[in-house]
Amino acid sequence: MLKRTPLFEAHRAAGARMVEFGGWEMPVQYSGIIEEHHAVRQGAGLFDISHMGRFMVRGPHAMAFLQHVVTCDVSAIPIGQSSYGLLCKPDGGIVDDIFIYHVPDEFLVVVNAANRDKDWAWLQEHARGFDVELEDRSERWAMLALQGPAAEALLVNAEDAETAELGNLPFHGVALTSMFGVNVLIARTGYTGEDGFELFFDAPHAEMLWTRLLALGAPGSVKPCGLGARDSLRFEPCLALYGHEISETINPYEARLGWVVKLDKGDFVGREALAAIKARGPARRLAGFEMVGRGIARSDYPVLALSGERVGHVTSGMPAPTLGKPLGIALVPTPLSAEGSEFDVLIREKPARARVIKMPFYKPRYKKA
Amino acid sequence: MSVIPADLRYSKSDEWVRVEGDEVVIGITDYAQEQLGDIVYVELPQVGATFAPGESFGVIESVKASSDLYAPVGGEVTAVNSALESDQQPINSDPYGAGWLIRMRPSGEEEELMDAAAYAAYLEGRAH
Repeated sequence: MLKRTPLFEAHRAAGARMVEFGGWEMPVQYSGIIEEHHAVRQGAGLFDISHMGRFMVRGPHAMAFLQHVVTCDVSAIPIGQSSYGLLCKPDGGIVDDIFIYHVPDEFLVVVNAANRDKDWAWLQEHARGFDVELEDRSERWAMLALQGPAAEALLVNAEDAETAELGNLPFHGVALTSMFGVNVLIARTGYTGEDGFELFFDAPHAEMLWTRLLALGAPGSVKPCGLGARDSLRFEPCLALYGHEISETINPYEARLGWVVKLDKGDFVGREALAAIKARGPARRLAGFEMVGRGIARSDYPVLALSGERVGHVTSGMPAPTLGKPLGIALVPTPLSAEGSEFDVLIREKPARARVIKMPFYKPRYKKA
Repeated sequence: MSVIPADLRYSKSDEWVRVEGDEVVIGITDYAQEQLGDIVYVELPQVGATFAPGESFGVIESVKASSDLYAPVGGEVTAVNSALESDQQPINSDPYGAGWLIRMRPSGEEEELMDAAAYAAYLEGRAH
């Protein structure tokens, strides 16, 4: 039986096409992926991301524990801020990519839906010896993302005085506010490459907030968006997706996420292996490419060197809606990852030429102070 | 609810077949275009190519996925809808009209094809 978010009925009523995703029955699209994609790039789109996992970490050793299990420097996240981080295995493979929010007295850790059980077990296992309390708040809280250049102006006009302060919320900042009479933890985070906000609140308010947020601004200003647009929006700015660009068999240096690994912060799970990988340099790396030949590269298609030898695979690929051409990301031997390198992607048994280009394909438009 | 014209026949892989004289016109069904979503690319065969029933004659790509097109009948391609090379939108907006894919001169062999009622029941069965 697939799990459903508190908004399942609302999605169906809005005409969403539902699909299985990571054990959840989720909307893949409402009006159409391309239309929803453009809505977020040009205005605002609302996503139900209640399927993601939300864990609270508190107690005297909360920070020390997180320092031990994640690769980023948790001591550098002040209260009211958040950070992207990685959970790594002792061999450096990525268990999951996460977001850590530092709120008063505790940390909120947001993990991928498909990895929720695995991550929960991983955190429990590594919590031994730390005076720390973990709480899985995934079912108790719902989570929405309002993303796009119009998101701030729309939210400032939401019914509630406190939301007027949102304009001052910094990039990756997190604050407790109230909106439509409900307590909401709001963060200037998201995964679309646009300015935007993520909202956490008690699950029983989900339908009310979904409806009220969709009604902000002139009719049609906020479009409901599904997983299809979420994927195409994260793909253009080359934001990693678990199971594609990152996995337990891919390390952060291969995934070009070395900036998330703070080797100088002290010991943590995977540090030794990661230091060794960094010192010798990764043998393979993610490379963004454009198609020179005809066709669309898709996830898992083989990558062939020009000699014909199979040397890697496509991690994500699609026609990029904002850029108007088929693009892809592939895991290839490091020398092939240099800009201008060429290789073939095997598209339905036929090699099609691809050329490595600069990543990200689309420069994120975050609102930074 | 998907549109299923009564005068066509349908394959299990969601192609439709319309008999016109001694030729057939082939496209994908309204259900298929709905499932695919926005179609962004289509690869069709050359005129003169021959296919056995069930053989892949082309590819259709949406933002999310790539799908093979299967010949519901065997035969030789006599025309392709080349307008779709530059604009695939008709496949989404008019799958039984301007969104047609190819014309074939059938060889007589064909897949097991369904009439509209059987195809409707087949789709209903897939929804559960």
